[in-house]
Amino acid sequence: MAEVTEVSRAVEVPDAVFVERSRLVEGVRAYGLIVAMWLRSTMAYRASFAMTAFGNFAATGFDFVAILLMFAHVDELGGYTLPEIALLYGASGTAFGLADLVLGSMDRLGRRVRDGTLDTLLVRPVPVLAQVAADRFALRRLGRITQGLLVLGYGLAVLDIAWTPLKVVMIPLMLLSGAAIFGAVFVGGAAFQFFAQDAAEVQNSFTYGGNTLLQYPPTVFAKDLVRGVTFVVPLAFVNWLPTLYVLGREYPLGLPEWVAFLPPVVAGVCWGLAGAAWRAGLRSYRSTGN
Amino acid sequence: MGMRLYAVVAAGGFRRHATYRIATAAGVFTNTVFGFILAYTYTALWDERPQLGGYDLSQALTYVWLGQALLATSAMMGGGFEDELVERIRTGDVAVDLYRPVDLQLWWLAGDLGRAAFQLLARGVVPMLLGALAFPLALPGSPGVWLAFLVSVTLGVVVSFALRYLVALSAFWLMDGAGAAQIAFLAGLFFSGLLLPLTLFPGVLGEVARALPWSALLQVPADVFLGKHAGWGLVEAFAFQGGWALALLLAGRLVQSVATRRVVVQGG
Repeated sequence: MAEVTEVSRAVEVPDAVFVERSRLVEGVRAYGLIVAMWLRSTMAYRASFAMTAFGNFAATGFDFVAILLMFAHVDELGGYTLPEIALLYGASGTAFGLADLVLGSMDRLGRRVRDGTLDTLLVRPVPVLAQVAADRFALRRLGRITQGLLVLGYGLAVLDIAWTPLKVVMIPLMLLSGAAIFGAVFVGGAAFQFFAQDAAEVQNSFTYGGNTLLQYPPTVFAKDLVRGVTFVVPLAFVNWLPTLYVLGREYPLGLPEWVAFLPPVVAGVCWGLAGAAWRAGLRSYRSTGN
Repeated sequence: MGMRLYAVVAAGGFRRHATYRIATAAGVFTNTVFGFILAYTYTALWDERPQLGGYDLSQALTYVWLGQALLATSAMMGGGFEDELVERIRTGDVAVDLYRPVDLQLWWLAGDLGRAAFQLLARGVVPMLLGALAFPLALPGSPGVWLAFLVSVTLGVVVSFALRYLVALSAFWLMDGAGAAQIAFLAGLFFSGLLLPLTLFPGVLGEVARALPWSALLQVPADVFLGKHAGWGLVEAFAFQGGWALALLLAGRLVQSVATRRVVVQGG
């Protein structure tokens, strides 16, 4: 047996790309299996699932109700009408919802480090990232995605957009890249918890806080804050720049028009950084020993 | 026995929460980030409509930062002690608690007041200071208003406790606090005025929202802080909060006595 392992390792090592890819495939496969297990467990209590999914839908819905209440008093906010803000809100909410569904469990990492249950995941022959991400997979988070899509649909239906093929492509591109950018934030935040186990709430500033920020147009915020979320934590690429492109409105900070097409690139860079942070965190991990 | 015991329990609640230093710092950071985001959106709103809801811009900004400062203190979105009590009810450990020569409700209330005192100091003061540095806030000049604010916050914490105690007691029947906790979370989020001051809620929705107990958690203390209640108005505000506190605490005792009989019937 030992010899077989040695041989297969000897075959894999020279081709680093192949090893990377096989680990990715292995990780996605394991993620799928663990998620399927949690889905079966969730569906054992259908009524409970229906209630929590509705609660998830309603909790995020209140955010939009607050915006509706604001628009009971004003016609524009930061120079943007309600349907335009609905477009921003729906795009950010859907992208965040997708990331939350797939990787939302990552913020439990600190707890696992603290109580020592991370050790169990380390001894299994499955990538740790896949295990942590799939842990307690919460299908109820579909509630948030549904709410985001409804508001997005409302914005798209009401607005009079001069559609071009590029603008049509931009919508799914924006949602998927946005979800990837938020996903990288979840992974980066989890990596941070290797060093500060109790700091799970810091992550909320960038995930939930970022989502709240992106629901409003960039004209509302101070220039330095807009610079920060463009160049430091590039949340502006989740929905601001692509949506402004679709709406044909002016970009913040005098950015050129083509930056609206950067989200996939930005998402790739973010995942590169988040992956490096995750590996660094995992390497530095010392078990609590219980 | 008596007051001394509950004072010790309260001090314990304070110390217990004081041990989570990194979590507290992380909470302060998050409160500050949300404070900044909301402050900018409120600025855009008040730019369009100065005097909206009876507040000028600096009062509206003060409201934002008070919301962040009191979020943890008044446990507007739940949390604090319910999970622990629900767990004791679920496992049956609560039977041991009922044997103890202390009042169950007052025991948890004392602990929660200790927690609230810590969180007011640790998670309230710093975001408020940072907010005051970055934005023109309307801070009260007279010590009397600060004192009235502290009284109002304390009453708000008691109302919040009484609500959460009822939520936790529901575990006697539901065995799982998740559903009730989620409803309480939603109500707290919306009707405390955390998302938007209740004075901006239109028509009947506004009247109902301002009459519900959750308005005692943020709207009333914020209005006291902003000097909206003075003289008899202040007495009325305290009476509103005190009335809800009393009614909900009594409801908690009633539910508890019904639940306790249930435990005895089950054989503990």
